[in-house]
Amino acid sequence: MVAELEFEKPLVELRRKIQELKEFMKTADVDLSSEIEKLEARLTKLENEVYANLTPWDRVQIARHPQRPTTLDYIERLFTNFFECHGDRCFGDDEAIVGGIADYDGLPVTVIGHQRGKDTKENLRRNFGMPHPEGYRKALRLMKQAEKFSRPIICFIDTKGAYPGKAAEERGQSEAIARNLFEMAGLTVPVVCIVIGEGGSGGALALGVGNHIHMLENSTYSVISPEGAAAILWKDASLAQRAAETMKITAHDLKTLGVIDEIIPEVKGGAHRNADEQAKEIDRVLRASLKQLLALDGEALVEQRYEKFKQMGQVSFLQETIRAR
Amino acid sequence: MWKDLFVKKKKYAAIPSEPLRPEVPEGVMTKCPQCKKIMYTKELVKNLRVCLSCGYHHPMPARERIESVLDEGSFREYDAGMTSVNPLGFPGYIEKLEADRRKSGLNEAVVTGEGTLEGHPLAIAVMDSSFRMGSMGSVVGEKIARAVERAHEQRMPFLIFTASGGARMQEGVLSLMQMAKTSAALKRFSNDGGLFISVMTHPTTGGVSASFASLGDYNFAEPGALIGFAGRRVIEQTVREELPEDFQTAEFLLKHGQLDAVIHRHELKEKLAVVLAIHAGGGESGWWRN
Repeated sequence: MVAELEFEKPLVELRRKIQELKEFMKTADVDLSSEIEKLEARLTKLENEVYANLTPWDRVQIARHPQRPTTLDYIERLFTNFFECHGDRCFGDDEAIVGGIADYDGLPVTVIGHQRGKDTKENLRRNFGMPHPEGYRKALRLMKQAEKFSRPIICFIDTKGAYPGKAAEERGQSEAIARNLFEMAGLTVPVVCIVIGEGGSGGALALGVGNHIHMLENSTYSVISPEGAAAILWKDASLAQRAAETMKITAHDLKTLGVIDEIIPEVKGGAHRNADEQAKEIDRVLRASLKQLLALDGEALVEQRYEKFKQMGQVSFLQETIRAR
Repeated sequence: MWKDLFVKKKKYAAIPSEPLRPEVPEGVMTKCPQCKKIMYTKELVKNLRVCLSCGYHHPMPARERIESVLDEGSFREYDAGMTSVNPLGFPGYIEKLEADRRKSGLNEAVVTGEGTLEGHPLAIAVMDSSFRMGSMGSVVGEKIARAVERAHEQRMPFLIFTASGGARMQEGVLSLMQMAKTSAALKRFSNDGGLFISVMTHPTTGGVSASFASLGDYNFAEPGALIGFAGRRVIEQTVREELPEDFQTAEFLLKHGQLDAVIHRHELKEKLAVVLAIHAGGGESGWWRN
């Protein structure tokens, strides 16, 4: 059974009631089926209501759900013959990022993504999906390899952020992220980025300079975590809920701000309820994306990516407000 | 009376005075945050804001920086009228911008333009930490990207002085995207052989250090400048270990291979001129030509 979230409490109660009645019907000799039917109808209605009116903070909870499918879950479902490649050839292998080559229904691709764990043991191994510089350098190495062999690149974004640690600073966390932004901007193969969980700041963007950027409906993408924003802006981390709203971090917000291309719908209740179905939704968008991008040559791809990021942001001149370009 | 001599003097309640803000020197005197010596602001400014006693490099306003490195009267500003809007409708943001505009005399946290340095034409961007901590929002990103594009069009080197706390929270994810925008502009510039020199000054952290600041063909820094990705407190909280005294200073970065050189402010112009001259190439003798 998947862990329930705070806003799902009314649903949980109703579900339990239905379950109780069903159990009771088995033991006692009474017919409650019409009662149960009624309750089930109410449950469906309530579910629709709850999931249609998710607040940004609810979505943050879904994006952080421990059972939310990770990069490897989607790789397994979308590709065949995934062959994982390790190491940055400089320092080590960072397991907070996975990457390799794979077959996407006949199309050779390179797949890279942040990888978090679903339990403590796995999370320790994956450093909670928070990469060190060697992780980003591995990712870049694989992207350059993809470019050499003309393979499209697919990036799954799912991190709270780049790891804030002593060793990370010593080995140049800033430079590693900056280098990825710089080099990704020049890749002559299609790059499709999909935010599947949390997209945390520069650590997320370092895999995010794509021709197309898509987001799962309940994922988030932001310059800082709601807790971090609350601590900096209002000196109070407990105002995270308010920050989640103010900071505009949901897929719908980012679509409005002109940062992402498509919102990938999630299965009812969130991706963790059905990874197989969720993978199918991703598959649909990813195929369309690649089909469109594979029609462009290398130069056009670089140009399209450049223009995409150039128009992001809003500025004004004198009194007149216009988009950056 | 004798007795009066022994009566304790009346006590006065200590009313805390306004805390000293050494980062924003105002008025006649300035206190050095490092050696605590108090000196005439005028003399400090004349010394390029390098402490006369201990050599501490005080933050330098963008206009003074431009004056200190470019040839006199050569500077022409780009996009001076570009200002921020409030894309997220963030409460209080417009007022904060207004207040900083008045305080710093700047429209935004970066001044861009072109000029000459010892005769070498170049495009330049100078960040100023007195405007919203030099944080990068849409305007900072756009002005820098445009300056790079102009350098590219006119085949000039691009020089930047960074000073920034990172991305601007109040513009949310749009601030984050400026990291990609500026880096993309630099990539295109670089592919065409453009020369980019980055001089990191105190402080250069977060999204700025993790984008254009670290992408120079030459990465320089001023002595003692704080440079890093994550904040010291955040790191201390996550790793729970003692961090070295010089952690995230320019000297620390030099030791760990992240910088080409740490350069004293008094020698900056001269050293930059050397690099520019080598890139301009074509010495008088030409002995290598057949």
